[in-house]
Amino acid sequence: MASTQPHATQTQGALLRRLVLAVADRVIESAEELTRLDQAIGDGDHGLNMKRGFEAVRAALASDPTDDCGALLLGVGRTLVMKVGGASGPLYGSFFLQLGKDWAQISDRATLIACLRKSVDAVASRGKSHPGQKTMLDVLFPLVDALPGVLETQLPDLARLRDLAAERAQATIPMLAERGRASFLKERSIGHMDPGAASSSLMVTAVCEVLGEAFRTSGALLTPAGDQP
Amino acid sequence: MSNVGIVIVSHSPDVARGAADMVRQMVGAAVPLAYTGGNPDGGLGTSVEGILEAIDTAWSEAGVAILVDMGGAETNSEMAIEMLPPERRSRVVICSAPVVEGAVMAATEAWGGSDLDTVRRTAEELGGASK
Repeated sequence: MASTQPHATQTQGALLRRLVLAVADRVIESAEELTRLDQAIGDGDHGLNMKRGFEAVRAALASDPTDDCGALLLGVGRTLVMKVGGASGPLYGSFFLQLGKDWAQISDRATLIACLRKSVDAVASRGKSHPGQKTMLDVLFPLVDALPGVLETQLPDLARLRDLAAERAQATIPMLAERGRASFLKERSIGHMDPGAASSSLMVTAVCEVLGEAFRTSGALLTPAGDQP
Repeated sequence: MSNVGIVIVSHSPDVARGAADMVRQMVGAAVPLAYTGGNPDGGLGTSVEGILEAIDTAWSEAGVAILVDMGGAETNSEMAIEMLPPERRSRVVICSAPVVEGAVMAATEAWGGSDLDTVRRTAEELGGASK
């Protein structure tokens, strides 16, 4: 787990690396659960696809010790695009590619939020979708909307973010799928959680756990300028 | 002027190869043709890497028309197009058409030397065509 890492002189790159690895671990260990969800309303490959992608991310990170956050995020994005093998590769890949491209512009909490929003917008345009269609966007957009409030306080309420992600994933259950393979089922897609919303929620939970610990131990916030209170 | 190239992208390697066989039967070697199917592990799915290779194989100065089966094949093809060098990007289109019939129609049109736009339109007009 993340707690085995030294934290006193933690660089942004090291923290970002821990975040990505935590996300990868969570996705890999949840592959069966994601597959089960996707078998109900899709083609049943979401878990395996995401596992393949994040195993490749792990391998790529292990072979490249870069401390450059932008380069690291671009690498994660490219790996997901190339290795996932389903639409979720370009979708999640676009998030990381956009964030990597914009990373150098982040100088404080406001620019961090703006860049995260732009990255979520990149997912939406890649998928030609918007919230309300029973997709990962039904988790991602409410989260970026909540960020200004959450990051207002010196010690962000990460539990609130994590709970919001889980709640929004749950909220896809009664929705009618309008994108992806699940949309072929029309009203039969109602009553099942969207697998992409589920994987987004899992990833957010992992991020919140690592960030929560980073705050507790060093008060670090993940921006290039440090942005420490 | 060379003929427009055709790329077939299916979740199933068998479907992709089978559709390519049907195209070859119509147009022989007169049209640059490539197909790709399956995820990076060979299971059902599509691969951006595979699509990029197929575009390269079927490359023509007249452009390349891609036929896709569904969802991820389209998203991955759009991603692949964006990853192409800028001078190639604008000369690759995805046809909104059934993959097998669309590939055969597009290739037949390409064989006659039609431009990329015409090839795509011919494939996409299939929506109302009787089979």
